Amino acid sequence: MASFCLTKSRSFIIQTLKSNKTSTNRTSYIHNNVSSSPLPVSEHAYYSHKNVSIVFNHSFKSIYVSRRLHSTTSVDELPAEAPLQQVLDFPGGKVKFTPKLTFASGATKERVHCYRVLDDNGQMLTDSDSLGINKELAVKLYTNMLTLEVMDTIFYEAQRQGRISFYATTTGEEAINIASAAALNNNDFVFPQYREPGVLLWRGFSLQEFAHQLFGNKYDYGKGRQMPIHYGSKKLNYITVASTVATQIPHAVGAAYSLKMEKQDSCSITYFGDGGTSEGDFHGAMNFAAVMEVPVIFFCRNNGWAISTPVDQQFRSDGVAVKGKAYGVPSIRVDGNDALAIYNAVSEARKMAITEQTPVLIEALTYRAGHHTTSDDSTRYRPVEEIQRWRDDQNPVKRFRKWIESKGWWTDEAESQHYSSIRKQLAQAIQVAERIEKPPVADMFNDVYDVPPKNLTAQEALLRKTVKKHVQDFPSDVPL
Amino acid sequence: MLGTIRQKAVAARSLSSQVLENDLMRLRSVASVMRHYSAGTKEMTVRDALNSALDEEMAADPSVFVMGEEVGEYQGAYKITKGLLDKYGPERVVDTPITEAGFAGIGVGSAYHGLRPVVEFMTFNFSMQAIDHIINSAAKSNYMSAGQINVPIVFRGPNGPAAGVGAQHSQCYGAWYGSVPGLKVLVPYSSEDARGLLKAAIRDPDPVVFLENELLYGESFPVSAEALNSSFCLPIGKAKIEREGKDITITAFSKMAAEILEKDGISAEVINLRSIRPLDRATINASVRKTNRLVTVEEGFPQHGIGAEICASVVEDSFGYLDAPVERIAGADVPTPYAANLERMAFPQIEDIVRAARRVCYRKSSIAASA
Repeated sequence: MASFCLTKSRSFIIQTLKSNKTSTNRTSYIHNNVSSSPLPVSEHAYYSHKNVSIVFNHSFKSIYVSRRLHSTTSVDELPAEAPLQQVLDFPGGKVKFTPKLTFASGATKERVHCYRVLDDNGQMLTDSDSLGINKELAVKLYTNMLTLEVMDTIFYEAQRQGRISFYATTTGEEAINIASAAALNNNDFVFPQYREPGVLLWRGFSLQEFAHQLFGNKYDYGKGRQMPIHYGSKKLNYITVASTVATQIPHAVGAAYSLKMEKQDSCSITYFGDGGTSEGDFHGAMNFAAVMEVPVIFFCRNNGWAISTPVDQQFRSDGVAVKGKAYGVPSIRVDGNDALAIYNAVSEARKMAITEQTPVLIEALTYRAGHHTTSDDSTRYRPVEEIQRWRDDQNPVKRFRKWIESKGWWTDEAESQHYSSIRKQLAQAIQVAERIEKPPVADMFNDVYDVPPKNLTAQEALLRKTVKKHVQDFPSDVPL
Repeated sequence: MLGTIRQKAVAARSLSSQVLENDLMRLRSVASVMRHYSAGTKEMTVRDALNSALDEEMAADPSVFVMGEEVGEYQGAYKITKGLLDKYGPERVVDTPITEAGFAGIGVGSAYHGLRPVVEFMTFNFSMQAIDHIINSAAKSNYMSAGQINVPIVFRGPNGPAAGVGAQHSQCYGAWYGSVPGLKVLVPYSSEDARGLLKAAIRDPDPVVFLENELLYGESFPVSAEALNSSFCLPIGKAKIEREGKDITITAFSKMAAEILEKDGISAEVINLRSIRPLDRATINASVRKTNRLVTVEEGFPQHGIGAEICASVVEDSFGYLDAPVERIAGADVPTPYAANLERMAFPQIEDIVRAARRVCYRKSSIAASA
């Protein structure tokens, strides 16, 4: 029994047994006409590599197939004259043969096209597929994008001044953050990487709440347990940020499976960068989501850089959009600095995901205009001109502003008013958060388990006793 | 089996015929106790115990579902999930592609949203490919999210050596998972353990690592009527005193508990740990305070093993009660060899435990001893 998991026959048995299942409605990987009895296995044919290739040379002309197919008929069982076949009846669907020995190139002749609605100057392209959005939504989109931009600037400065220990900006990706959030419902589950606070902002997380987490004070919903920017909100269906890269991707698929089992009218969405797609978790999750047919949106923020690794050192495929095809997942490439394009694409993806119960991959091309985090100085590995160009010419906030101004929905006055209001609120939020006391010592020991175990309650009691006995050795501003 | 026990009992003790008589009497009563608790109790294999526990919990709670390689169509790599696919359908018994990291992550994600997955690893050796999700995504989530996300997931599968499966299929992960705050780690031995602890694990709101043993799956044990009830549950964190004794305390878990029960000679109090995290320090210390001597037994590697933790706990809490240094019996500090003779030498055998017990009792070898 133990040896089952070891021998090569394991994967073969999986295939054999699975081919007996009835096929699903979607692309079936089991052919309808496969006989229900297990295929005859001849030990010789399977274990002897030599026999396998002989079988192929006799009955199949193509060399392609021999590497993938495990023959189940021995040489003896084949009819004396096998008829010339055009098509291979393979688990997963029929496959046409070709006599041509050609390899499909790894590089694509033409890159996947990128969907956009607004041009560089914020003018709507006349032939663009686009959902109409009204003034209220447009203004809300813009004000949130502007708020996010200002919030990043102020909090970044706060870190530089030593008031918080760490921060990561979303500069250049404001359209992705806000427009994707706007296209979702509040009960769609969000599994962020760490560059998507805008989704929380859209859903109603206040600037003060952000500040509390950054300062790790007692009002932080994370009870001061995590580094700055690791926000989370159960109320707003935004899973707490984890530092581990790409682990959120299979989580999103699992949550989508749960939504599917409960037949909910919502989907889950997960965000990750170009670098995150190299992780094994990305591949397992994409594959799974396709096989399990779950309503999940995979949103890749391809911003050109993974800390100091540019995309051409991250992968050699045509970006991330083409990977959808490899896993059987519908995909699209969008202009990540075009708020309307993102809004449209995510709206449509959400509809598809829920009505068809399918995963969808969206690759948004954008640029990480800021440094990776406050611990990084990106001018060390990329030219300043490149950063400047994207910050100025391709700035998503400016571009969308040009559009709403052209519609008469926004003015310079509104701009300066909103700008100074947000700055004031942020300064206030920081001041308040800075002064609030840190979480109490009790919060160090709870939430490890559902019910605190005896050893932890004993440890806590011991700690309190020690602090009381040696008051001078402990910081005075940490409440017990 | 009784024959070999008799031989070993002879080797371990002096030749006094009166003493021999007593030993054999005790042996017979032990043997009979092991097989017939009371009239009318069933015998059940560990495999059936696990299967019935899964079945009952899935019937009771529609959010419980099983996921893993071969759990569905194949009826389970070790047949633990036999019949569940037919009964509950492919939505609740999910055959996965070969990606431990993938399905562990997906299981955790579904638990974040309120389902109660039972994720099967074909062996816990393969769990290393998913260990980031077990520890960083499951164990730490409740804490990192400040109670907003709890993960009611169970990771189960065979752990430790089987027979002739080589280095990459034989490691015991009790010590690895037992060191992580946020996880609960259970190690059932008998069928009653398996039933009660698996049910408790599935009902528990925290992530649980459930370490089974492949060689125990086919073993039969008597189960009481109470254990057959579908609401039966064993408390997590309580060890079981399999046999009371007064000379020495021996702690063991999983398959090792079987080895000890076969050995006789010195009056040993055998503790079946049942739970590695939380460790039942109270029971262990109370027993050591009674017997004053301790031998820990495990199959895993010796450094930083379960025995090390138990030893530290006893030294911290019951130092004054010890009449001899604690001895740890563990697997050899080598990757497990394949050849049958080498494999046998790489894991604790009854003789090793007997010798350790005698050393700890400061007994010399008997004249007739051949061991």
